[in-house]
Amino acid sequence: MSSVTFREIEGRSPRYWFLLGLIALFAALGLGAAYYMEHYGHIVTGMNNSVVWGMPHVFAVFLIVAASGALNVASIGSVFGKLMYKPLARLSGLLAIALLAGGLTVLMLDLGRPDRLIVAMTYYNFKSVFAWNVFLYTGFFGIVAVYLWSMMEHRMNGYSKAAGMAAFIWRLILTTGTGSIFGFLVARDAYNSALLAPMFIILSFAYGLAVYLLVMIAAYTWSGRPLGDAVLQRLGRLLGVFVAAALYFVFVFHLTNLYFTKQHAVEKFILLDGGVYTALFWIGQIVIGGIVPMLILFNPKLRAARGLLVAACLAIVFGGLAQMYVTIIGGQAFPLDIFPGWQTRSTFFDGVVHQYTPSLPEIMLGVGGVAIALVIVTFGIKVLRFLPESLADSEVDPHAKA
Amino acid sequence: MSQPDQQSPSSQSVDNHRRQFIGTSAALAALSVTPGVMVYGLAHSKPDDQPVTNKVRWGLLIDNTKCADGCTDCVTACFTANGIQLPSVPPKETDPQWIRKVELKDMRTGRTQSLPVMCQHCEEPPCVDVCPTGASFKRADGIVLVDKHICIGCRYCVMACPYKARSFIHEALTDQKPDVPRGKGTVESCTLCVQRVDRDEQPACVEACSQAGHKAIIFGDLNDVNSEIAKRVAGRVTMQLRADLALNPGVRYEGF
Amino acid sequence: MMAWRASHRMWKWMVGILVVLSLSIGAYAVASGTAEKAGSGIQPTIIIDKSRAGDKCVEDTAYMRKNHMKLLLHERDETVHFGIRTKKYSLQNCISCHASSVDNSVIGSDTHFCQSCHTYAAVSLDCWECHSSKPKPQPVAIAAPVPAVSVEGNKK
Repeated sequence: MSSVTFREIEGRSPRYWFLLGLIALFAALGLGAAYYMEHYGHIVTGMNNSVVWGMPHVFAVFLIVAASGALNVASIGSVFGKLMYKPLARLSGLLAIALLAGGLTVLMLDLGRPDRLIVAMTYYNFKSVFAWNVFLYTGFFGIVAVYLWSMMEHRMNGYSKAAGMAAFIWRLILTTGTGSIFGFLVARDAYNSALLAPMFIILSFAYGLAVYLLVMIAAYTWSGRPLGDAVLQRLGRLLGVFVAAALYFVFVFHLTNLYFTKQHAVEKFILLDGGVYTALFWIGQIVIGGIVPMLILFNPKLRAARGLLVAACLAIVFGGLAQMYVTIIGGQAFPLDIFPGWQTRSTFFDGVVHQYTPSLPEIMLGVGGVAIALVIVTFGIKVLRFLPESLADSEVDPHAKA
Repeated sequence: MSQPDQQSPSSQSVDNHRRQFIGTSAALAALSVTPGVMVYGLAHSKPDDQPVTNKVRWGLLIDNTKCADGCTDCVTACFTANGIQLPSVPPKETDPQWIRKVELKDMRTGRTQSLPVMCQHCEEPPCVDVCPTGASFKRADGIVLVDKHICIGCRYCVMACPYKARSFIHEALTDQKPDVPRGKGTVESCTLCVQRVDRDEQPACVEACSQAGHKAIIFGDLNDVNSEIAKRVAGRVTMQLRADLALNPGVRYEGF
Repeated sequence: MMAWRASHRMWKWMVGILVVLSLSIGAYAVASGTAEKAGSGIQPTIIIDKSRAGDKCVEDTAYMRKNHMKLLLHERDETVHFGIRTKKYSLQNCISCHASSVDNSVIGSDTHFCQSCHTYAAVSLDCWECHSSKPKPQPVAIAAPVPAVSVEGNKK
């Protein structure tokens, strides 16, 4: 497979404009929700002094983790030299940028003082993961842009391996930072663990590849371009491995917590009697997000059915959002243990499970972030040459090793 | 103020003298307490144009044996002095609260007690570590504050605090106290009444508890070996909340 | 043909650059020609309520016009981070003089001190999200202390 032809999608049909318009509408609604939240204050959301991070953060962290993982496909081509993945690399880069942009937009618009973004970019406390993230995230945009350029500009092709390696290392640091946002919090029983950083890296592999597959299948099916089974089967099998690895990390995390008596209370909360959090953990994260996709992806016959492959990817995305909800919100709902050995009660909701109900503005903002990411991808593949003309089996070289 | 006992008419002149004496003393006491002058050991007051230094470390000592169950004078005083709206009844989870009375019940014996809990003004505050802009900071004299000018309202410090000390302001505020600026979209917590401490007064909760006669909270300079708080911390068994986290809070509890 | 096209294009560029240059130099010349004298040109009308205590500001007008923001930004950091609370540069001191004698505030309408200039300059005033725009109420004079006991004695 010496030359792959990349071409913009035509993007002139009424269906295309309708799709773009629909996604843009959700993006606009998200921006409107952000304005509403900023104008009236967070009192109009479901967040409160006990659960300070809510639905916007569930979506934002998911998008950021998926962004890092979406770049994986390109890395497998450039860094690990698997030739079959090389045509897939450009879309991978675009998707990574788009998902990160969507996630960051949600995060920045949810700030109590979003007008102070300049302050966030000029005052730094470098002991804070958030301060590092300002550089890690903006650097990610730059590095992936350079990486894309090295792939799309013929004269720069020689540099694409180095750029790919740089992007790969950068995103490992970035995702370590994302996991450490929670891992560094010594105060909360549901977090304070070094395992969260590598767990987030593995989660990023799973979420990112699931989103990549969904976008790729949609783009090829709706633009009428051929998409062969060889690519899908390879990626589908890989996705199954990633989901299994993610489940392993979750298993080890909870197993270790169950070994420590002092962690029993929070584990009982998440695994047994946390109500919505327990349901989302077992049914959302483990069954729908883990077991069902693995059953499909590890069975060649089931994996070959495109509908089931899409269903598996959607299930992983849903499971990912459930996992974010349980981690971020469940971790806050469980009360702080300020007086170990004592039951506590106060007017500031000490000692009780904290209430949180997602509100419409928060959900709209989160969905708006997804929409912004999709607008970037949908428009990007129309104006620049991200998509190979054909990914039919005859075009794709099954001999993978470089 | 306490009243003298009734006297027989034959000692009227002595009565008048006593009454005058007691009245004047009471007036003087009232005068001295009303503006909140520090009674306990106090570091030398700092000139206005000089920065605070780490020679002083402000702290609180809460004596559980003197803290009365059901009394919330410290809480009310804090709200009043800092211009915070009193929490709704029943309280909403969005209501800010800088100090609260926590009712404790021993899980094994059923014994109950109550304690005030506020920002512990740690020496190694996790809230300061995680703030991306440095808005959450520790002043040289140990008071942990939020610089609301650079707070972007990300609430990471609220996630990081082990004592649930921080509140986020969820709606626009009006009628703030000129001494205590607070606004929508920023995070706040107990300031150890920094505006009063800088004027050589005591925090409002300390003063209210003293006025109520309990004297369960004392305030002072932990670095000054002659201050009452330093003597008591050195001489008696006092504990810090979540001491296992090694944050070395400036707030200590005894009689727990 | 190609040469003519190239030179035609270059000629258009030259004319364009010349036009832009002359406009810029001209504008600068006109602008700097009329030196701004005090009171001339378009200036905001700042309402200073002279009925309050004090007859002049802590610094002179020219200094304040140019530097009040820098002063505010610097002094606030000194106060918040270092506990330096000089009376001269305290925000409450500014408000105590500049607050309107009508409703005791520095914002609220274009006749209030801070707002009068900021509306003109179209610079939003962020301070009052957190800071009170009114001066501290003056402490009430402590009334003569009532003795704890009345001469007749109380029936309790």
